Amino acid sequence: MDELLLRSLTPGVLAVLVRRGADFAAAEDAVQDALLEAVRVWPDDPPRDTKGWLVTVAWRRFLDARRAEAARRRREDLVEEEPAPGPVSGVDDTLWLYFLCAHPSLTSSSAVALTLRAVGGLSTRQIARAYLVPEATMAQRISRAKRTVSEVRLDRPGDVATVLRVLYLVFNEGYSGDVDLAAEAIRLTRQLARVIDHPEVAGLLALMLLHHARRAARTAPDGSLVPLAEQDRGLWDTRAIAEGVGILQAALARDRLGEYQAQAAVAALHADAPRAEETDWPQIVEWYDELVGLTGSPVARLNRAVAVGEAQGPRAGLAALAEVDAALPRHTAVAAYLHERDGDPATAARLYAEAARRAPSVAERDHLTLRAARLNAARGG
Amino acid sequence: MAKYLLLKHYRGAPAAVNDVPMDRWTPQEVQAHIAYMHDFAARLEKTGEFVDGQALAPEGTFVRYDGEGRPPVTDGPFAETKDLIAGWMVIDVDSYERALELAGELSAAPGAGGEPIHEWLELRPFLSAPPTVTE
Repeated sequence: MDELLLRSLTPGVLAVLVRRGADFAAAEDAVQDALLEAVRVWPDDPPRDTKGWLVTVAWRRFLDARRAEAARRRREDLVEEEPAPGPVSGVDDTLWLYFLCAHPSLTSSSAVALTLRAVGGLSTRQIARAYLVPEATMAQRISRAKRTVSEVRLDRPGDVATVLRVLYLVFNEGYSGDVDLAAEAIRLTRQLARVIDHPEVAGLLALMLLHHARRAARTAPDGSLVPLAEQDRGLWDTRAIAEGVGILQAALARDRLGEYQAQAAVAALHADAPRAEETDWPQIVEWYDELVGLTGSPVARLNRAVAVGEAQGPRAGLAALAEVDAALPRHTAVAAYLHERDGDPATAARLYAEAARRAPSVAERDHLTLRAARLNAARGG
Repeated sequence: MAKYLLLKHYRGAPAAVNDVPMDRWTPQEVQAHIAYMHDFAARLEKTGEFVDGQALAPEGTFVRYDGEGRPPVTDGPFAETKDLIAGWMVIDVDSYERALELAGELSAAPGAGGEPIHEWLELRPFLSAPPTVTE
């Protein structure tokens, strides 16, 4: 059975229930039940109309749950009442669901969890495993998020930037569990791009595809990080790159630049270089200038300093780095790299070791420690 | 979305403000303290921020490899060991500020006289997975 197909039906089925008057939280539970039922029943007895089957089963589950709830409250008369029309109107069903799950009243971790469940159709257990928290904790996080948004009335589109931020987090901050969060983020962004025509949605999709294309080259067989310059470019997924570049070019042609398009442009320039030495660094610096102008982000300034170091030499890079807040994560690692390029292995080794102590992830810490050790060994201890 | 460890020490942390050993509290004070800790964990489960909580026995053993074919060497416990961990709680929160807030609440657990202990807790961030987008 095609699990992705099944999960791709989730938002549409959920929207039907809500449109029929089911409250969001109960409808979402009912859809999850229907998905589990489908996994059980479909392999032996596949329905002809998959979505219709899910709607029927989910609606029945919803009514059962409501009846049980009403019985518990001894108010059986409620059961026969027709529900009031739901909040869906004027906005595409699927789009409505994206906006709801990324609503600004939610914290980012809640928005991520709710999006993965209600839009992505993942189970609470899968999401809990992906984020390394107990299933009970994730269940509470999701049910709180559902309570938070259950009063929200969305009759016109929200801010697409909030949705994109949630999808970006799913793509960028996952662990490697049995759920491939990066692939899931791409699927959800692709689905979003089908229902809303917006250059930044395209920009984010392109950004994801271009980074995902390098995945096989990004880690060595032992799990250690391989920096961009040392990656085996033959391992890059050329189809994903071609798709990402195509989407990006179409988006840029519309002349409504945004941060995701600018980041994707940087990734596309890297993808375009057959060898690391052939990277068009001057143009990458220009894109970082755009990005700094758009966002003012300190991380963009830091990355710009690296690009300046490549385009104009390590001294220029260090000068650019001097303008960046030194407290920023990875600042010391960038300083170490630029000093190494500048032919100062003693300073570089010291800074690599310091950067390793401040690294935010184990893989980066190991990588930086190794760089320090190599430089120290080459200098004779 | 970041995990933090709240570390509680038997020894090694600065002295608490309300620094009376637990065996000198009244039984009601001990019970109130236990109830507070329990409620705190339960509340974090409800907010979807709880990951783990464990307590450790104070007596431990140091162990090390002693060469091929030989059993590991054990030593200790050492009374002079400066740092002695009593237990921990792992939380998964949206910000460092939220982690500080929760650590502050945990440190306010009642002790002698029913007053907050003001115990020093150590807050340590977990190392995460590396991000996908790096440039």
